[in-house]
Amino acid sequence: MAEHKKLRVVHYLNQFFGQIGGEDMAGVAPLVKEGPVGPGLALAGALGEAGEVVATVICGDNYAGDNLEKAVPEILELIRQQKPDALVAGPAFNAGRYGIACGAVGQAAARELGIPVVTGMYQENPGVELYRKDLYIIATEDSARGMRGAIPKMAALLLKLARGEEIGSPEAEGYLPRGIRRNRFAAENGAARAVEMLVAKLKGEAFTTELPMPDFDRVPPNPPVRDLRSATIALVTSGGIVPKGNPDRIESSSASKFGKYSLEGLTDLTSDTHQTAHGGYDPVYANGDPDRVLPLDVARELEAEGVFGKLHPYHYATVGNGTSVANAARYGAAIAADLKEAGVDAVILTST
Amino acid sequence: MCTVVPISLTVGANRIVPAVAIPHPLGNPDLPPAEEKALRRRLVEKALRALQTEVEGQTVFED
Amino acid sequence: MRLELGRIRITDVQFGDQTRVTGGTLFINQGELKDLLEEDPDIARVELDLAKPGEDVRIIPVKDVIEPRVKVQGPGGVFPGFISKVDTVGSGRTHVLDGVAVVTTGKIVGFQEGIIDMGGPGAAYSPFSQTLNVVVKITPVEGLPQHKHEQAVRLAGLKAAAYLGNAGRELEPDQLEVYELGSYLENAAAFPGLPKVVYLYMLQSQGLLHDTYVYGVDAKKILPSLISPTEIMDGAIVSGNCVSACDKNTTYHHQNNPVIAQLFQRHGRDLCFLGVVITNENVTLADKERSSSYAAKLVKMIGAEGAIITEEGFGNPDTDLMMNCRKLEELGVKTVLITDEYAGRDGASQSLADAVPQANAVVSAGNANEMITLPPCGKVIGDLEAAEVIAGGFAGALAPDGSLRVEIQAITGSTCELGFSKLRGDGF
Repeated sequence: MAEHKKLRVVHYLNQFFGQIGGEDMAGVAPLVKEGPVGPGLALAGALGEAGEVVATVICGDNYAGDNLEKAVPEILELIRQQKPDALVAGPAFNAGRYGIACGAVGQAAARELGIPVVTGMYQENPGVELYRKDLYIIATEDSARGMRGAIPKMAALLLKLARGEEIGSPEAEGYLPRGIRRNRFAAENGAARAVEMLVAKLKGEAFTTELPMPDFDRVPPNPPVRDLRSATIALVTSGGIVPKGNPDRIESSSASKFGKYSLEGLTDLTSDTHQTAHGGYDPVYANGDPDRVLPLDVARELEAEGVFGKLHPYHYATVGNGTSVANAARYGAAIAADLKEAGVDAVILTST
Repeated sequence: MCTVVPISLTVGANRIVPAVAIPHPLGNPDLPPAEEKALRRRLVEKALRALQTEVEGQTVFED
Repeated sequence: MRLELGRIRITDVQFGDQTRVTGGTLFINQGELKDLLEEDPDIARVELDLAKPGEDVRIIPVKDVIEPRVKVQGPGGVFPGFISKVDTVGSGRTHVLDGVAVVTTGKIVGFQEGIIDMGGPGAAYSPFSQTLNVVVKITPVEGLPQHKHEQAVRLAGLKAAAYLGNAGRELEPDQLEVYELGSYLENAAAFPGLPKVVYLYMLQSQGLLHDTYVYGVDAKKILPSLISPTEIMDGAIVSGNCVSACDKNTTYHHQNNPVIAQLFQRHGRDLCFLGVVITNENVTLADKERSSSYAAKLVKMIGAEGAIITEEGFGNPDTDLMMNCRKLEELGVKTVLITDEYAGRDGASQSLADAVPQANAVVSAGNANEMITLPPCGKVIGDLEAAEVIAGGFAGALAPDGSLRVEIQAITGSTCELGFSKLRGDGF
């Protein structure tokens, strides 16, 4: 068996666990101490022969939290100077600023130093929602009394990551579910598992759902358009209306892109000029008259009548069929940026 | 503007105008062309009104 | 209703002089079958091929898969409303050529669906890598409109399955299964201590290439209805659905519905299987509300305490699934749902387009967006370039060496929401 090199681990702590001071020292700028500090000693013990806490980087929660953009690079530089093989941040338990700092520092270290990172938080720490997909966050209790339980799990997971071993389920390894789905072949087919689950549910016995319901986020509504007569309106669709021939080859499902198409000189979409690329609905009606999905004809009429100021000269389209939410959000953000730069005031978004 | 309003609500849209049907949200192929276009115009006008309406949270603009 | 299902185990399939089964081998008279299918004036040409488990063969694009069956006793015949008249099926005796499948292929519209790999890494993702496939490639006449083309291919598949099934008419089955459910009253009275369970069976009904038929009736036109599980075994429900291959229910899946099989298996042991309610997945909000309310009402009316709900497809039908779940739970009926997921290629996206808090018991048939590389195959039956446009494939999916990099969405049956296969999603 190949010998594992002893890992150089850097430990990130806030001012309290780093033994600088309490709230009064929350503004302290990042500094480094040699070797383990405070809970770092337990961490060193848990790492045993496999790893060594070579240094501890400490930063005040307010210094970090008040200006992450400035603080994180400074902290990262101190970490980088230690030539680390891995980073442990926290655990932050339920401390919000600390959790966010651990998440931001951890994410930066993973991205820019390419090293494995483990942190620890209580499930309600705001850092969890922000960073659960990027980092492994060991589930901890809500206060420092959970230190003894958390440190060994953090060390164990860190060693696995460093060795490139396969990381097991959240239950097995102790981290908070990241919301990442992976397929495997079960012992029984889905129908058998479903009937088994129903029998348990009917008996009032415990069962575990295979797919917890997702939480969709909300955005606050924008203020209304104040003066429609001078407003610029744009048309956007997830219904896949594209120029005939689908020149950008937007996929019929799981679209990997969106298209931006000129409406210059067009007052009507027809089966000669446009088509749908969307594979998730009967295309006959959209292909027969694409205005049924992207209402250019009536938009031009309303524009000509002065109901609104101007129709943005481009339309944007993607296919919303089996397209992941993450990708859809990316396309939306990119389209929105384009629209804002062009001075568009409002959007009519159609979907199928 | 969409047909399956519950999905728009679930994903967090704030101004929602219910449309006709999934394959033709802004059309109705059973209608003669002039009537279909008039229907489309009414729906888009409703959308423009929605854009001019102050809303507190998610709002579905029914008739 | 009482149905005896006689399974005739077929271990090989060959072309021969006469269509018959001898010593476990199905021999097929190619010319006779081609002539039969080419009778349809909408079909210009039929080509037949055989694809067997383990072979270095890829079938693409797959439209439907159908199991050869024949009614030997009792009213009606298989595929009522299409092949047979509309008499009520589901009783008497039906024979099955167990191990054989008819697979229809041929270009359809722009969005053709489905890959079946008989060997290699893709084989594990389709149940039809394990069946002896009689592949029917159909070329329609020039200029045939889309709807007629789809219909011609659908009917050809059913005809071929009925024709082949007939070879099993006189044989003694290797295995005889008996499926019997009394009336709801008799059934409930027979098992007073057991929880009453109904299967709510959602059928895709969104338009061209997304349709399902019940006794020949387009499912988008039905109100949710009661049906006996044995009627489904006789082909009362037929697929006209070409949406993403991964979760379309082929006719074969309907004929071999695993939820029905499981519920029968446990009937009288730890549950009382009352029966099946079918419902649809239409494209207007009003229809979704109407069907879900109506279906929930029927389930409750016949006395269910629990229900399994299976979805077909994804996207807007996720709303039908959630409405069905919520309305049943609000009526006091406990539900378990089977669905697949579209969580993105990295698995990090929300899996469903809609969600309700009552959906607390869900079985996952897997994330359809996961990628797979299918190596080049020695033989391709059909048209390899179709991969680029079928759902789950994308420009550049087909490499110059003939290998395919696609989402498992493109593989027929990979995430079937009847729970036919063992693939599932896990949370990490």
